[in-house]
Amino acid sequence: MNRRQPPASTAGQPPRTIDRINAGLARRYARERRFRRLGRLAVFTGIGFVSILFIDIFLKGHTAFRQTVIRLDIAYDPAVIDPAGSGDPAQLLRADYFGLVKQALRERFPEATDRRVLRELYRLVSQGAALTLRDQVARDPAIIGTRQSVWLLAGDDIDMLIKGHIDRFTPASSRRVSDRTLAWVDSLAAAGSIDRRFNLNFFLAGDSRQPEMAGIAGALKGSFYTLALTLLLSFPIGVGAALYLEEFAPRNRWTDLIEVNINNLAAVPSIIFGLLGLAVFINFFGVPRSTPLVGALVLTLMTLPTIIIASRSALRSVPPSIRDGALGVGASPLQTQLHHVLPLALPGMLTGTIIGMAQALGETAPLLMIGMIAFIADPPSGITDPATVLPVQIYLWADSPERAFVERTSAAIMVLLGFLVAMNLLAVMLRRKFERRW
Amino acid sequence: MIDSALPVPDRNRPPALSRALAAPQPTATVGEIHCADPRLLCRNVNVHYGLAHAIRNVSLDIGRNEVLAMIGPSGCGKSTFLRCLNRMNDTIDHCRVTGEILLDGQDIYAGDIDVVPLRAQVGMVFQKPNPFPKSVYENVAYGPRIHGLARSKRDLDEIVERSLLRAALWDEVKDRLHEPGTGLSGGQQQRLCIARAISVSPEVILMDEPCSALDPIATARVEELIDELRESYTIVIVTHSMQQAARVSQRTAYFHLGDLIEVGTTDDIFTRPSHQLTEDYITGRFG
Repeated sequence: MNRRQPPASTAGQPPRTIDRINAGLARRYARERRFRRLGRLAVFTGIGFVSILFIDIFLKGHTAFRQTVIRLDIAYDPAVIDPAGSGDPAQLLRADYFGLVKQALRERFPEATDRRVLRELYRLVSQGAALTLRDQVARDPAIIGTRQSVWLLAGDDIDMLIKGHIDRFTPASSRRVSDRTLAWVDSLAAAGSIDRRFNLNFFLAGDSRQPEMAGIAGALKGSFYTLALTLLLSFPIGVGAALYLEEFAPRNRWTDLIEVNINNLAAVPSIIFGLLGLAVFINFFGVPRSTPLVGALVLTLMTLPTIIIASRSALRSVPPSIRDGALGVGASPLQTQLHHVLPLALPGMLTGTIIGMAQALGETAPLLMIGMIAFIADPPSGITDPATVLPVQIYLWADSPERAFVERTSAAIMVLLGFLVAMNLLAVMLRRKFERRW
Repeated sequence: MIDSALPVPDRNRPPALSRALAAPQPTATVGEIHCADPRLLCRNVNVHYGLAHAIRNVSLDIGRNEVLAMIGPSGCGKSTFLRCLNRMNDTIDHCRVTGEILLDGQDIYAGDIDVVPLRAQVGMVFQKPNPFPKSVYENVAYGPRIHGLARSKRDLDEIVERSLLRAALWDEVKDRLHEPGTGLSGGQQQRLCIARAISVSPEVILMDEPCSALDPIATARVEELIDELRESYTIVIVTHSMQQAARVSQRTAYFHLGDLIEVGTTDDIFTRPSHQLTEDYITGRFG
């Protein structure tokens, strides 16, 4: 054995205990310092990677909150809008408003005459501009026949150029925007006819094939309906199941089996739940596909184990003396639970539920299986309307080739992360608020 | 200098305890188990926790308006026996109770007995004060409310006031009825639990070491209270303090390893114990 020798003065005698302790002390402290250093390193590495992720998302995404607009002099030509002069609202909706935009562009840049050049010219302005004009006319038909200066949505390439995502100094052959277009844009900019405005459209519009028109309203609404329904289904079922299993069910082989399986279900890959939803809810029960309803059913199945496990541990942490006290004055078991145990367990249950909801909010895979990946332009107006949800929207945009979808993807991620952080903060606050000491 | 090679001293096990541990058969009870005016009659009560035989063939009467103290070393089964009297043992898995326990002539373990009204008749105060984490008022009002004992808000107020008065707590809490009961001092909390127990006008009150978490002053108050409550209730109290048993009870039962060794008037038990085990315990030779 390799023991440290005791000091020479006591040689021959057994070493004193305190000497043996002192001899090992330096090594013990060194080990402690090493562990602390490793811990600190791990924390800083973690924070570093998270910061890189967040900064990257922010840098890519923040430009999506502002949108380029172009000012044009639009002549509201009655011959185009309402040739018959009927004033019929249906006709006003049907008219070729983009024709007005084309006309205005031709007037602004009369040198463009060739068909190919004209097509390029028309791409300066987004297809969405037609909708802006249509809404204007619908709001105030008296505008027909007048000439107005209107700010219109720029096309996505122009938007990218203005935001610097397309570098004007790359050779023309490998640039998405031609020299001609650059000249037009410069001329518009010199005249003060190009501006960047807050992109309200991003929060109010549904999905679109045109990146400059695409917004997250549809996904937000879909997420809201899906989550609200998931909460409505999973919270009562989860809490009820936890209460029954923890407080009322007999302890035997069957309840042990159920407990093990609930714990296992929490670890089942989420796509399996999607397959289950497809097979059972859609194919067997005929629930309409792609809807928040079927999404919520699947997410309920997925979050139930989380809620049940959290609720059971919250119930277990209520001191038995409270149950004794209630039973001792003659409360029935259900009264004991509802009046005394449940209120004390509620903060823990709510925390578990919100964490489950946050999980559900970020879930993508099972929703792909039940058709929530479809392209849906109109925001859903109910739980049985086809819809998509935020994370699926992010996936869809990340998959789109247009350069302008990159910033929208990042912006949507920012919104999703914002909601997740808010929900987790809410969980912490609820726990602080309702936590009681006894 | 510390010598790690010191021999571990053998633990001196009292001879009496070794004898009892070896006893395979329930020991016969010494003393008078009957009393003149019994409210609770227990006959041949046995309690098993799974395979463990926790209470062995205990027969005992508990009289009207008397305080019965149950003493004995830890783990002797006195708390278990107490919890049989209002069927609180029902909440424990694997717990099996056999024998007869009659409350006013009615077997409380009969199949048709509902434990909810039974527990209203046989109230309980626990070792650790366990007020609900609600207001003082709500703590006392809870029992009457769930049993529908109060016809109106004023009725309920009256029950709360009367219960708190009887528990000698009213003067201290009348100005803060709506503050949390958990904010009271330990002794006040325990009296609040007593008020909660008497709010439903029980006939019997079971107390499981009610003073073990209290300081001597609070203990004295609770003991005074027990003495006053004796006029209207039957009280069974489990205690580790022999002085307390001597002070508050009229009869005392000595339990030992699941056996009821000796029952008698408190005077007799503490001055002239008949059984050797009882004498060993009260003279402090073990326990």
